[in-house]
Amino acid sequence: MVIDLAGLSVTRRKRPVLHGVTLSIGKGEFVGLIGPNGAGKSSLMEAMLGLIPFTGRSSLAQMTPADRARHAAYLPQAREIAWPVSVEDLVALGRIPWPGGRRSGADRAAIDAAIARMGLEPFRKRTALRLSGGEQNRALIARALAQDTPLLIADEPIAGLDPAQQLACLRLFRDLAVEGRTVLASIHDLGLAARFCSRLVLLSGGHVLADGPAAEVLQDTLLRRAFGIGVRRVETPDGPAILPV
Amino acid sequence: MRGCVRRSSTMLAAAVAIAAALPVVAAPQRVVSMNLCSDQLAMMLAAPGQLLSVSSLAQDPRLSPMADEAAAYVPNSGRAEEIYLMRPDLVIAGTYTPPATLSMLRRLGIRVETPPPAEDFDAIRTEITRMGRLLGREEGARDLLARFDADLAAATRPADRGRAALYSANGYTSGTKTLAGAILEAAGYDNIAADYGIAVTAGLPLELLVMARPDRLVTGTNWPGQSRSEAILSHPALAAAAPVKTRVRDLFWTCGTPLVTRAIRSLE
Amino acid sequence: MKALFIALSLLVAVLFATSLLTGPAGLPVVQSLLDLVFGGDGPVPIVMREIRLPRAILGLAVGAGLGLTGAALQGYLRNPLAEPGLLGISGMAAFGAVLAIQTGLSLVAVLALPLAALLGAAAGVGLLVVLAGPRGGSVTLILAGVAISALAGAGTALVLNLSPNPYAANEIIFWLMGSLADRSMLHVWLALPPMILGAGLILSTQRALDALTLGEAAAQALGLAGPSLRWRLVAGTALIVGPATAVAGAIGFVGLVVPHVLRPWIGARPSVLLPASALGGAALLLAADIGVRLIVPDRDLKLGVLTAIVGAPLFLHLIWRTRSGGRV
Repeated sequence: MVIDLAGLSVTRRKRPVLHGVTLSIGKGEFVGLIGPNGAGKSSLMEAMLGLIPFTGRSSLAQMTPADRARHAAYLPQAREIAWPVSVEDLVALGRIPWPGGRRSGADRAAIDAAIARMGLEPFRKRTALRLSGGEQNRALIARALAQDTPLLIADEPIAGLDPAQQLACLRLFRDLAVEGRTVLASIHDLGLAARFCSRLVLLSGGHVLADGPAAEVLQDTLLRRAFGIGVRRVETPDGPAILPV
Repeated sequence: MRGCVRRSSTMLAAAVAIAAALPVVAAPQRVVSMNLCSDQLAMMLAAPGQLLSVSSLAQDPRLSPMADEAAAYVPNSGRAEEIYLMRPDLVIAGTYTPPATLSMLRRLGIRVETPPPAEDFDAIRTEITRMGRLLGREEGARDLLARFDADLAAATRPADRGRAALYSANGYTSGTKTLAGAILEAAGYDNIAADYGIAVTAGLPLELLVMARPDRLVTGTNWPGQSRSEAILSHPALAAAAPVKTRVRDLFWTCGTPLVTRAIRSLE
Repeated sequence: MKALFIALSLLVAVLFATSLLTGPAGLPVVQSLLDLVFGGDGPVPIVMREIRLPRAILGLAVGAGLGLTGAALQGYLRNPLAEPGLLGISGMAAFGAVLAIQTGLSLVAVLALPLAALLGAAAGVGLLVVLAGPRGGSVTLILAGVAISALAGAGTALVLNLSPNPYAANEIIFWLMGSLADRSMLHVWLALPPMILGAGLILSTQRALDALTLGEAAAQALGLAGPSLRWRLVAGTALIVGPATAVAGAIGFVGLVVPHVLRPWIGARPSVLLPASALGGAALLLAADIGVRLIVPDRDLKLGVLTAIVGAPLFLHLIWRTRSGGRV
């Protein structure tokens, strides 16, 4: 198992946020984490990485911080770039957990591969802060790819992107899973989640409400319980489209 | 209310005018001194009961060579209100007394004298005579002057004892036209301040002092509670600069009074 | 980038030598340098070794320390307005130093002076990190700095005014503006060892500061932004700013100006900015200290006057940029 959680609970400011979440994710899966705002998606990601205090068990948090950083790359919801560094330097930050300090051949190869994969070659020497939002997002994903970990955890990676960028991003994650890596991403667009993810986890009120293939999770009753709305499922040649109603 | 004030100030002005017009016939009987240096001369010359009050500094043994004598007088802290309430007929202040205080006392009709600080031995003679005249004690002043001249002649050494530097907090030195400079000269030393054309009290960078290669360094004793200003006096370069180092600049060096002969002797 | 480091090192070397050769005595260049190295008789070796050498060493060390801590604080708080002088860390160090001096502790044990200043600086930077945290914005940071500075300044003024020493009250200006005049080798030995230790701690945060470019959560996930980072940063800053302030007073703006000027030259990477800012800070303070000796040779013009003249307009400019929502 790449991620193994058992009875994971989080309490923030005396308010319970997660209640006994048990979840196992294996190699090659692209798991979409869905649920309404405040369901605890971000807290679940931070807790499983051991970034916030929790009770229960998380296989990731049991590792030393250095080992964990070579096992899991994390893309937080806030896409922060604090200083006007170049795209290349930004991507190179992903090599921090690895010995060699971006000088070794492995480091160079990982950085070049990540830049090439995200189509950032023309922007390589440009200042990351001067790029558009979508380009910055790609640079940050390239940073996570350069970390060269078997697991990628991304918090709302497609929020704020245009439709083409959203598709490109999810396609990349699906490809990564096909290559044998594992991806866990929180996604608000249920239709895109259903189309690209190999498995969905529906979180609501700090509980796992459903866990399985899209068809099982995206049931009217479950969605009504989680979001308080109904959906209309329209089958198209490109997969199901899901319209909230 | 306003009329009342106006009337009293009119009366006051009249009184002042009359007092000014009359010749000074009698010596002042209620004298208040509010300056450390005039305190000392006044205590040396005043008749019993003539001097009411001296400045509180005069009672501080760290500042005043006559602290014991001063304990017999009422101390004042130099505020117009407390001095007015003593009903003095003569106030002796210094040139550094705040002008607001002086003009307030003068407005209240009190005679205020501000003798200048004495920066050399001739000035000390002048001040002894002036104080005698102010207090109506000319005879006592003549005696004191004679004793001072004798003391001074006995304490003065020929000018062949080498070069000396005066150095105090914040890197200040005293030139030839200061009391400390005069004391140094009387003790037989050449003042290195003259090398740099310093006649008054002025800052002298430490390295210039070292470069002047004095034979003797004269500094003061430190005050209680440390200060960065005085830290320069313990600088290692200063210790290496002169073969002889004396910390004798103290209360006898502050005021131009006959007691400066003690300062000259401290350099023996 | 290598060229920049070579240029900065050369600049520091030239300014260090100029500092040794600047003084009211106007000594001959060759002779004074020979006497500095080989000693000899007469007053020149004393002037060179006891007066000018400690001044130049302290200018180098204090400047480097302020540049380094400025860059480190900016990296940690991810805010270009952070700086030990402006945020009151130097002020708290000065307060600690003044307390040690006026209670007489520094007479009992000579190490009490840098130690008290160090504790003051630690209290200042600790308070700041708690108040403005790594998540705090510019407004929180500046307001926290204003509050800490005001508190430290008031404490310093109170203690100095209560002193029985008549000179103490006039020394507020030294503690607020800083000066290197008439320092001795004793001050060098008091300040240098803790400052070197602090520099070691600060330089150990290089990778973590780089990671913080991505934000706190990402840096934490990279295994680098734990409590140990905060501890090293607080301790390192206190170890540098405390002793530096104890011997030279609070000197503002060095840690603000230097990282800002150098950032574009080194590609904005916080890890590279640390050594670059140390060199730049040393150059700036050595230049300022040469400046105060040339502008008014016979008076002790405070260093903070010159650094503020350079730094305050830049600070206003940065606030303007922050206000209009632009990235700095």
